[in-house]
Amino acid sequence: MNFALTPERESHLEEILSRYPNRMAATIPVLHLCQEQSGWVSEEIMQWVAQRLGISAAHVKGVATFYTLFNKEPVGRHQVWVCRTLSCALNGADALLHHCEKRLGVHVGGTTTDGRITLRTAECLAACGQAPMIQVDRDYHENLTIADVDKILDRLTRS
Amino acid sequence: MLRQTSYLISRYNEPDGWSLRAYERDGGYQQAKRVLGGMTREALIDDMKAANIRGRGGAGFAMGVKWSFMPWPPKPEKPHYLVINADEGEPGTFKDRTIMEKNPHSVVEGCIIGCYGIGAHTAYIYVRDELHLSKERLWGAIKEAKAKGYLGKNPFGSDYAVEVVVHTGAGAYICGEETALLNSLEGKRGEPRLKPPFPAQAGAFGMPSTVNNLETIAVVPTALAMGGDAFSKLSDLHNLKDGGARLFGVSGHVNKPGVFEACVGLTLRELIYDLGGGVKGGELLAVIPGGSSCPILRADDLVNAPNEKSPLFPWHGKSVLDVPLGVDTFRALGTMLGTCCAIVLSTQACPVLAMHNLMRFYRHESCGQCTPCREGSAWIFRIMDRIVAGQASIEELDRLSEIADNIMGNTICAFGEGTAMPALGFLKKFRREFEQYIRTSGKSSSGRLTLPGHFAEAAE
Repeated sequence: MNFALTPERESHLEEILSRYPNRMAATIPVLHLCQEQSGWVSEEIMQWVAQRLGISAAHVKGVATFYTLFNKEPVGRHQVWVCRTLSCALNGADALLHHCEKRLGVHVGGTTTDGRITLRTAECLAACGQAPMIQVDRDYHENLTIADVDKILDRLTRS
Repeated sequence: MLRQTSYLISRYNEPDGWSLRAYERDGGYQQAKRVLGGMTREALIDDMKAANIRGRGGAGFAMGVKWSFMPWPPKPEKPHYLVINADEGEPGTFKDRTIMEKNPHSVVEGCIIGCYGIGAHTAYIYVRDELHLSKERLWGAIKEAKAKGYLGKNPFGSDYAVEVVVHTGAGAYICGEETALLNSLEGKRGEPRLKPPFPAQAGAFGMPSTVNNLETIAVVPTALAMGGDAFSKLSDLHNLKDGGARLFGVSGHVNKPGVFEACVGLTLRELIYDLGGGVKGGELLAVIPGGSSCPILRADDLVNAPNEKSPLFPWHGKSVLDVPLGVDTFRALGTMLGTCCAIVLSTQACPVLAMHNLMRFYRHESCGQCTPCREGSAWIFRIMDRIVAGQASIEELDRLSEIADNIMGNTICAFGEGTAMPALGFLKKFRREFEQYIRTSGKSSSGRLTLPGHFAEAAE
C-alpha cells in the first residue's frame, strides 16, 4: 500500500482520535483528512483508513459511499456546487445552473477538459435568505447575479 | 404580536461580534460560571422547564423536560453525552448557521450548562461539513474558552470537567434526524435507529445522551440570565408552554429575506410583511411555514376551529396568516412550526413545479433503509416528473396520495412523514391547479418558479 498521510495530517489524525471514546468514531473525520490530501477517496484509501483505525474495510466503504461529499472518483481541482432547492430555485437557481453548464461546457457532474472545475448540484446549503447561491470549494457565494457568477468562474479558470 | 428582540443576534453586525471579548463584554459566560459555581442540577432543570424552551430543530419538544429524562445519578461506567444538532439542511432553514458564524460563544456556554444539567462531561456539536466558516468559528470559540479556563478539567475553578468537540458530517440530510446523527457521530452510515431505546437510555456510543438543536442550546444562557419564568413570559404563547424568543427566517419571494429574532407569538403575516418586507413580484400565493417538511398553507386559508378546546379557537374564521407561530397552534392547523423558517411563494410561482422541486430533494435524501420511504419518495418524484412533462393523467394524482399515505407511519424515522406530509399538503391545497396543469399539459401554469424577467440575460 502506497498511501500515507503527510506528517502534519498524521499528527492531526492522532488529535482526532483523542476526541472520541473509540476509533471507529474517527472514520468520517479521517476520510475527510484523506480526501483533503488526495482529492478523492480511492479503494486504497478506504483500506488504509480501515487498517489505521482497526475496523473492517467493508465498514469504511459503507460509510464512504453513504455520504455525498466523499468523492468516489477523481474530481476537478475546484468544485462548484449550485444549490437548486426551493428557496434558491424561486430565485433563479435553474437559470444559474444552465449558465454554468454553458460557460464551462460541461453537464452537471462533469469536469472541464483541463481538469480544473467539476460542476455539481447541491441540495439546500442553508443559505436560503441569500439565494441564489453557489459553493466553490470551501466558500459560499451568495445573492448572486449572472455577472457575479461569470466573475467567479473567470477567476477559477485562471487559477 | 411582533416584538423584535436581540438576545442571540445583538452582535451579528459587529465586525468581530463572534469573539470572546465581545461576548464577555455583554455578560457572556456569567451563567456558566454561576451554574458550575454551585447551582444544583434540580434548580437548573426546574428553571429550564419554567423557560418553556421548545426544541428549535423542528419537533418542538420541551427542552427542560428532555434534560430531566436522563438517568440520575450517572454511573461511572456509563458516561453521559450532550450532542448538539447543527446539521442544518431542512430546505428553507438557515438560522443555526448564523449563530455558529456570529455568536459561537453562546453555543459553547450553552454546552457547558447543558453538560452540567444532564451529567455529561463531553459535548459533541455535529455540524454539516459544508459549513466551513461555522466549524472554524466554533473551534475558535472553543479554543478561546479553553485558554480562559472555561473548558477543560476545572472550568471556572470548579471540579466539573467539560470538553466541547466539533464533529462533522459529510453531506447527508438524514443526519439531522437525531438517531441517524448519533450513528454518524459513531463513524457509521447515517441511518436512523429504531426507538426505543431513546437517546436518554442509549444514545451516543450506547450511553445516555441528550440531543438538542443548536439554537436550543444557544438560548440557554439567555433564559438563565433572565430567569426561566420571565423568559417564558416573553412569549404570547406562554400559556401553551411555548416560551421565550426565537429566531425566525423568511426566504423565497420576499423583498427582504433574512433571519430575525422575535418573541414567540409572531404571525406569518408579520414575518412576511413586517420583517420580510412583503411579497416580491405579485401577491402571496402560499407559504411553507417552517422548512419544507411542513405542509404548505395557502394565503386564502381560514382557520376552522369552532371547538372552544382547540388552541386555535381564538382565531376561528380568521386568516391562517394571523395565527401566532407556535408548536401547538401550527400542529392544530394541520401543518408544523418546524424550524420557524418560512418559504414564500408569490402568485407568479407554479405550485406544481414547487412540489416537483421538493420531491426531488426527498428522493435524493432518503437514506434508503426503509422500503416505503426509499421506493415511495422515488415513485412520487417519477410521477411528478411525468406531470411536469405533460405525460400524466388526472388519476395519477390519486396515486400520489396513495403512495404518500403508504409511507406515513411505515418507516423507522420521521423522514417518511417529512416527505409524505408536504406531498399531501400540496395535493390537498392545490388540487385544482394540479388538475388544470395536467389537463392543459402545463399551459395553465406560469411554467416557472422564478419571477418574470428574473435572470433573463441567462436565457440569451
